[in-house]
Amino acid sequence: MTSALGYAIAGALLVAMGLAAMLLHHHLVRRLIAFNIMGGGVFLVLLGLAPGHGEQADPVAQALILTGIVVAVAATGLALALARRLHQAGGDVRLDHPSSREDDDDQK
Amino acid sequence: MIRSDALLPILVMLPLSLALLLLLSGRWGRFLSLAGMVLTTALAALLLSHGGQPLHHAMGGWPAPLGIGLRADGLATLMVMMTALVCSAALIYGEYWFDGAKAEQGRQFRPLAWLLWAGVNALLLADDLFNLYVTLELLTLLAAGLAALMATQAALTAALRYLMVALIASTAFLLGVALLYGATGTLALELISIRVAANPQPVLVVAMALMVGGLALKAALFPLHGWLPPAHGGAAPPVSALLSALVVKASFYVVLRLWMGPLAPLTGGVGPVLGVLGGMAIVWGGWQALRQHNLKMVVAYSTVAQMGYLFLAFDLLQGAGYASALNGMVLQAVAHGLAKGAMFLAAGALVVAAGGYRVDQLQGMASRQPLAVTALAVAGISLAGMPPTAGFAGKWLLLQAAWLNGQWLWLAVMLAGSLLTASYLLKVVAVTFLPAPVAASVGCGQRLGGVALMLALLALLAGFAVMPMLQLLAPVATTGGWL
Repeated sequence: MTSALGYAIAGALLVAMGLAAMLLHHHLVRRLIAFNIMGGGVFLVLLGLAPGHGEQADPVAQALILTGIVVAVAATGLALALARRLHQAGGDVRLDHPSSREDDDDQK
Repeated sequence: MIRSDALLPILVMLPLSLALLLLLSGRWGRFLSLAGMVLTTALAALLLSHGGQPLHHAMGGWPAPLGIGLRADGLATLMVMMTALVCSAALIYGEYWFDGAKAEQGRQFRPLAWLLWAGVNALLLADDLFNLYVTLELLTLLAAGLAALMATQAALTAALRYLMVALIASTAFLLGVALLYGATGTLALELISIRVAANPQPVLVVAMALMVGGLALKAALFPLHGWLPPAHGGAAPPVSALLSALVVKASFYVVLRLWMGPLAPLTGGVGPVLGVLGGMAIVWGGWQALRQHNLKMVVAYSTVAQMGYLFLAFDLLQGAGYASALNGMVLQAVAHGLAKGAMFLAAGALVVAAGGYRVDQLQGMASRQPLAVTALAVAGISLAGMPPTAGFAGKWLLLQAAWLNGQWLWLAVMLAGSLLTASYLLKVVAVTFLPAPVAASVGCGQRLGGVALMLALLALLAGFAVMPMLQLLAPVATTGGWL
């Protein structure tokens, strides 16, 4: 019971840390790592709060987390592929970085 | 009658299988895509012919809580039909748009668009919280891929910026799902509704805030709309049409589903917040659309404003105006889908013909691209909420709901929004009637404008089908969708 709550609290901390890093960092790879930390935190919360804890684990929660991991891997892969294409196209992979604000071209 | 529920998995599986086949097929892709379009739209019409009676399908014969179900009511049925029409138009337009030098992009566009179709249908028919999460995520990835299709620096940057925002939103949504599952022990929407109503705990309010917040971010609700104009305005026209008509609408649909079902006992404090943000979106989006010089940016900011109506309506969804507000929201969602799709397609045709994105380059287009200009005008009439379009019926019902509830401020905001809509669209249409400059014109056929016009006319025709649509929605409006 208490270990389950511990998972949930640790998960919430990870989500907060990941979110902060995702908002504070500009480099895409750093942001993606932060996203994965956030995702890990959510999975911990899911596991910790799942009902029917005790001896046997909740199979529904495990199935959800597995699906969630697949989704996170797919999203990370897509984002990395896009970032690579952006780099090849000569773009700045630091989104919204102060040194690369040339994108407000709709005002011309 | 028993087997008609088999329509639901077919509506997901058919587009999905076609998307996979289209990845493999070369020259025959075009015909395969066309045949699939006719078939899927016919199936959507078949679903429509069931008259909004709730259909339920237990996948693999496993009922909830073990199995994952699909269900369709009047609301889902209407949205499935709208999706079929917009996807068909975008796919046909795509065949003309991606030719010659852009053929390679076209080969990528076709399967992505079909996957999007499958994903939207799966989302609309989902009866399970986790299915909603997976389909939302699927749409996010597809939207990012489609937005990056042109592979230019600007398109890739816009796609990545959208992806980053959407990933934060998805994580917030999933955290909400985790809290909701922890508190209720089930993922089936119907069971959650029952358990939440029996025991509304404080943790559920946090779950709701996370889910609605994440969805609002994905639906580009003011002030979280910054990612939308570059992503939608910068993409290829058929992609912009799909993103603006369907993908943002899907997030709104999930909020509406949760609002009427599982989260209904908790909505009290959140409604006014969504109302204020929606109202600000109407004014800010309309104002920004008015001062854009880039045609596609005008249309993209218009999406921000029109999504504002849908979110403002959550605050109207109460008291005496409940049924009017619900009907108005759904009609507005359907009308906006058709009209905005048509508008982006028309804008694409005009941009090609004018050889540039700026509104002042559109002089003389009324005579050179009559079909596209007509499409823009007809879609604009629907967006501004003028009769006899479906947009008029939707906005009228929303105004009626505000009137019945005595929410005068929202009445004024919606009227002002209509005026803004009419102004920025008139501004664009008026330019097309100015005499053309002597400069050489770029040769361009009427086919692109023709496809746009077909979709715009559907938005107009939907205005004559308002009564049947309201009949479809009647059971949803009285029972909140869950019998």
